[in-house]
Amino acid sequence: MTEAIRNILKEHGRLSVDISTLTDAADLYQAGMTSHASVNVMLALEANFEIEFPDKFLRRSVFSSVSAISEAVDEIRAAR
Amino acid sequence: MTTVTAQEGAAPVGPRPLETVARIASEVARVHADSVDREGRFPAEAIEALKRARMLGVLVPASLGGPELGLDEVAAMCEALAHHCASTAMIFAMHHIQVACLVRHGQSSPLLRAYLTELNERQALIASVTSEVGVGGEMRASVTCVEQRDGRFTLDKDATTISYGEHADDLLATARRAPDAPRSDQVAVLLRKGDFTLERTSAWDTLGMRGTCSPGAKVRSSGPAEQVLPVPFADIASQTMVPVSHVLWSSVWLGIAAGAVGRARAFVRQQARARPGTTPPTAVRLAEVHNQLQTLRASVHEVSSDAGRRMAAGDPEALSSIGFSLKMNNLKVSASQLVVDIVHRALLICGIQGYKNDSPFSLGRHLRDAHSAALMIGNDRILATNASLLLVLKDE
Ligand SMILES: Cc1cc2nc3c(=O)[nH]c(=O)nc-3n(C[C@H](O)[C@H](O)[C@H](O)COP(=O)(O)OP(=O)(O)OC[C@H]3O[C@@H](n4cnc5c(N)ncnc54)[C@H](O)[C@@H]3O)c2cc1C
Repeated sequence: MTEAIRNILKEHGRLSVDISTLTDAADLYQAGMTSHASVNVMLALEANFEIEFPDKFLRRSVFSSVSAISEAVDEIRAAR
Repeated sequence: MTTVTAQEGAAPVGPRPLETVARIASEVARVHADSVDREGRFPAEAIEALKRARMLGVLVPASLGGPELGLDEVAAMCEALAHHCASTAMIFAMHHIQVACLVRHGQSSPLLRAYLTELNERQALIASVTSEVGVGGEMRASVTCVEQRDGRFTLDKDATTISYGEHADDLLATARRAPDAPRSDQVAVLLRKGDFTLERTSAWDTLGMRGTCSPGAKVRSSGPAEQVLPVPFADIASQTMVPVSHVLWSSVWLGIAAGAVGRARAFVRQQARARPGTTPPTAVRLAEVHNQLQTLRASVHEVSSDAGRRMAAGDPEALSSIGFSLKMNNLKVSASQLVVDIVHRALLICGIQGYKNDSPFSLGRHLRDAHSAALMIGNDRILATNASLLLVLKDE
């Protein structure tokens, strides 16, 4: 799953560095992701994983790293 | 006036701070409003009166010796000031926006806590340095960066607009977190008097809000590294600066609109007195604009008391949920449009007496001041933000 997340970040995250140089724990905001970009990342995640992020997941911290995103996706899938 | 007995060193604020501010508005700000506007000068008399009444530290928490008033109370003060002088009101609003950011995001730092106590004691005025040459009105991006070394920071910024910068004690500036940080990875830094210089780069000869004295300037500063706020500016912006700005700005605009309608009411009353027994034709237009004013007032008051409750609740995320952000942004856009419409209608009611600059029913200043509302963070920028928030919000 982290591979799919990384591909989405590569395409939509508008990071100022190559995603392959970042660890799963690295701070995506410090890597240049803006809140506008994080909206597109979320939409792409929803389409890719066929999920919907409930409003309580729409916090800055949920999109702050590859591992934070993957935990959120797991949690949303588990709740279904 | 009686004052509450406060603990030693803490600031006594009168028992009815809103009444005190309303009195300063009508007794001081009103008297100087036209010269402030005409000469484009800082409203020194009104700001001095507000300092003497100890109104610059009202958001400082009780634990730091302050009166800890609510955001909705400060909003009501902004409204009262704007009845008579929008520049004074906007300066008061902008100052409290900076204080709110420090109160909500600086308290983990002993130095910043001590600063807040001192701000209240000395009634220090803080100005904001967010806008920058090269990023336009995009608050969430910086070109310049803060550099930290051996416990000190240095920060230089080419700012496009700094309201009352030359009259402020301290500044709150944004910058990239470090030399290698991307544009959106920002921090906020407190720049204290004596630690910064301003070199003016442009004039402030504007249509309205002339008394805010907001020319561009090159800021050069250094100071202790603890003055870099300990959290990302992204959080400060979304949790405090943006929502608090929208509430306090909208309150200023409401005050401008109410001031204009007040002049139209006086005009229609005068017409009615001239011909007792007949209702002047302008009275229906007055009823119409009064109705619009009520709509604006209802929405500003509703959102500001909601914001006041959320801020008092102590949950840092309470003001930044997507639903509430949409509401705040909607308030900014609608209030900034309604104020222009209301002032324009008041002008039509007063006719040539409203159009003249030397009549008691003059509305030129109100109209010019009102037009700044839509461009203090361009409304299209805000609508673009809401457009993307609506893509992700699931419930209403
Ligand atoms: C009275 C007053 C006092 C001020 N005081 C201060 C101060 O103390 N400190 C400070 O830092 N700044 C201050 N400012 C500046 C203010 O915060 C904004 O930065 C500034 O008004 C925006 O400048 P701009 O119109 O050139 O830029 P822009 O925001 O670039 O806007 C230009 C135009 O482009 C449109 N636009 C831009 N981006 C988008 C987008 N993404 N989507 C759709 N449309 C877009 C806008 O709607 C607008 O029509 C003050 C402004 C005023 C009017």
